[in-house]
Amino acid sequence: MFLDILLVLDSTLRISAPLILACLAGLFAERSGVFDIGLEGKMLAAAFAAAATAAVTGSAWLGLVAALGASVFLAMVHGFACITQRGNQIVSGVAINFIAAGATALLGQAWFGQGGRTPSLSGAAKFQDIRLPGAESLAQLPVAGPIWAELISGHKLLVYLAFLAAPASWWVLHRTRFGMRLRAVGENPAAVDTAGISVAWLRYRALIVCGLLCGLSGAYLSTAQGAGFIPNMSAGKGFIALAALIFAKWRPIQALLACLLFGFLDAVAIRLQGFDWFGLGELPSQAVQALPYLLTVILLAGFIGRAVAPRAGGVPYVKER
Amino acid sequence: MRLLSLLAAILAAQQALAEPAVVYSIGGKFDASFNQAAWVGAERFRTETGQGYAEFEPESVAQFEQALRRFARAGNDPVVAIGFLQADAVTKVAAEFPDRRFTIIDMVAEGPNVQSVVFREHEGAYLAGLMAAMASRTGRIGFVGGMDIPLIRRFACAYAQGARSVNPAIEVYVAMTGDTPAAFADPVRGAEIARGQIDRGADVVMQAAGGTGVGVLQAAAEAGVLGIGTDSNQNGLHPGHVLTSVLKRIDVAVHGAFTAAQDGSWKPGVRSLGLAEGGIGIALDEHNRPLVTPRMAAALREASDAIATGRIRVHDLYTDGPCPWG
Repeated sequence: MFLDILLVLDSTLRISAPLILACLAGLFAERSGVFDIGLEGKMLAAAFAAAATAAVTGSAWLGLVAALGASVFLAMVHGFACITQRGNQIVSGVAINFIAAGATALLGQAWFGQGGRTPSLSGAAKFQDIRLPGAESLAQLPVAGPIWAELISGHKLLVYLAFLAAPASWWVLHRTRFGMRLRAVGENPAAVDTAGISVAWLRYRALIVCGLLCGLSGAYLSTAQGAGFIPNMSAGKGFIALAALIFAKWRPIQALLACLLFGFLDAVAIRLQGFDWFGLGELPSQAVQALPYLLTVILLAGFIGRAVAPRAGGVPYVKER
Repeated sequence: MRLLSLLAAILAAQQALAEPAVVYSIGGKFDASFNQAAWVGAERFRTETGQGYAEFEPESVAQFEQALRRFARAGNDPVVAIGFLQADAVTKVAAEFPDRRFTIIDMVAEGPNVQSVVFREHEGAYLAGLMAAMASRTGRIGFVGGMDIPLIRRFACAYAQGARSVNPAIEVYVAMTGDTPAAFADPVRGAEIARGQIDRGADVVMQAAGGTGVGVLQAAAEAGVLGIGTDSNQNGLHPGHVLTSVLKRIDVAVHGAFTAAQDGSWKPGVRSLGLAEGGIGIALDEHNRPLVTPRMAAALREASDAIATGRIRVHDLYTDGPCPWG
């Protein structure tokens, strides 16, 4: 039983990691006043760039660099459309999702000729599990041993990075000048502008951070958790991350917890499939899979209270004349 | 009068020259899967008969109808459409060209001049279950399906039946990836589900989940247990860690439609291909040879014969009702 719980939690960490990264990416964009529903597209493009580069070069690290590049590029397209050109942020985000879904499948088919897939990755073309020191020797200890060996140790580098990214984001947003200005520009860009700080440049920088985090998330999908790219492999994770962002009321630590909750429910749903409820028969898979969404609705409706978005979110900034 | 006979001669010549045509599904001719298998079948027809064929690789679903119509108008016969996505297009175009023959593969389409070739995949799943049960040391095996639809449930049921035929006490974990078509393209979730089953003791995990299955096989290989592939031969994805693959012989179907049209045995209606017709197969090659023991190979042959001759009846969820094997 104890081991079962550990395995579910272990699975939770793996499932949550890309959500956390994408959720924090959205957090940076939206706290600066730019709605970004293109998280999904950026993840997908990054996943493709990572897998394609890793397949060709045999290096997961070069894949990661390509993923960051692709994702930041799309973030800049989003920025150009809705910061510089003051376009509609939702429309631009939707466009990015479509472009990413189409372009990755098309390029994948043109380059690798496997129906949009990249070749399977193995060895150095894929991030490997990291064994933390003492995982073997401490495994024999009661309780703490298995927790260290099974739960904490043996994940991919990007998982650890995802969990460090949340406190780091909190520190950046609340303890640095850049972060405070970023939050201000999401609430009241006119005030920031009056102080002589460029609203556009701040928002662009927020989007660069957003692109980098989405890039990590996408690279994780195709070169760490998975081993290769498949069309549409992000499978809605970008949107779940957006939901988690609202759930967390646009705060980094809460975002981490919300993503962990979503990941945990998903992990439980996966384990509960085909589980015989003490002789009462199996729960239908549909019911199990609806569980995370049901809980989200219930928690959102009753427990976390009103979620207020950054005030200037979705509004392009126009200087007063 | 002479003109007429000339015309008749030209028409006759065209009839004789009527080349078959194939419209692939999305993904390109060399997708290492469905389309490539169709191409292999068409090529075999070409080398056997010396007769050519026309082909088209659509870039999008919108082009199916256009391509089918173009071939029908150009006189190609029969026109073979690959994949379930083309069902509507075939029904529509076949009605416009009642004197042309159409074959759709892996789906049923309507029309007096339409032949629908479908596969009895569950027969292959039974054999896979049998092999899985023989290879398992823990007495527990897994199955990861894609979208939760009757087709996949039928597969899972036959897999369990095959496994029980070897070991009545075997435990079969069945899990579906999701309830939307996205469940066929989520390798990350597939891997996670497979890991869940492996953690619970499964040491053979079968996938029937399209792109999701790539993750399943990956997870099985990483955990050092065995996976089972579906549709195309996936033994080579992780040599030594894929017990076998259940093959859907699209090539046999395409080749069959081409030759049947040529020798006059082509008939409209539903044609079902299973083990007996060679439309379903079990992949044995250099990648999984060390995994298949002589005892397993013998059992496989025996069961395969028994199914083909009807001595073993594989449970068909479509016609035989709910699955009695859980």
